[in-house]
Amino acid sequence: MISTMHYVAVSLGLLLIGTAGLLLRRNIVIILMSIELILNAVNLNLVAFSRHHGNAAGQVFAIFVIAVAVAEAAVGLGILLALFRNRETVQVDEVDLLKW
Amino acid sequence: MTLEALFFYAFATLALGGAALAVTRPSAVHAAIALMVSLLGVAGLYLLLTAEFLFVAQIILYIGGILLLFLFVIMLVNLDAGRGLRQFHRRWPVGAAVTAVAGVVLAVLWSRVQLAPAQRMPETGNVELVADTLLQDYLVPFEVVSLLLLVAVVGSVLLARKRA
Repeated sequence: MISTMHYVAVSLGLLLIGTAGLLLRRNIVIILMSIELILNAVNLNLVAFSRHHGNAAGQVFAIFVIAVAVAEAAVGLGILLALFRNRETVQVDEVDLLKW
Repeated sequence: MTLEALFFYAFATLALGGAALAVTRPSAVHAAIALMVSLLGVAGLYLLLTAEFLFVAQIILYIGGILLLFLFVIMLVNLDAGRGLRQFHRRWPVGAAVTAVAGVVLAVLWSRVQLAPAQRMPETGNVELVADTLLQDYLVPFEVVSLLLLVAVVGSVLLARKRA
């Protein structure tokens, strides 16, 4: 029998993989993808607990998370395009103008 | 092994394997394709959780929308030029240590949690249930999201356009 905690374990795995990608990779596009992975882990948790409590509010929250993720991806990729136009790079550690 | 367990492990493998590939592939296009596999796996898990509306929303919005956006941007900035470069930060052990600590802490929490007994969903269909909750209890956040999307559209166009 697959319990709620099974789904939470998958969500934990997605969260950790996303965190590792976010912290370790240099490519900004991959970092944005890692953020999408983390948001997916959150959504999976919300939906699993929504079923566990027999309440659809968790699924509604997941819809809001998806909407915010869409907005975040659009703005993030817009920033990436502007950055590439100005600096000709998509590696995060080469963008160090504000670093001392 | 029941059919449910079989599908659960298949979809979980898709989700986790795709995610692991997405964060390790040097080529951004390959990473995007691996991310699509991972998102499909998560969509399958939604289906197993009887969240049919989110299953459809995941495929249309994430795979059809966000992933397409990623692929467009990858084509625009010619990321494959960066394939031969170093893929990971120079100080990667710090990030790996942070991830490992977070993983250990969360795994301990996971193994200790005691859930209240599960309750049953109401018998009405999933889409009706989500629609009722969304448009009755969460109507104001729903309208605020449309404002957020408008701001995001204007903002991303402003950021991405060429300077006149």
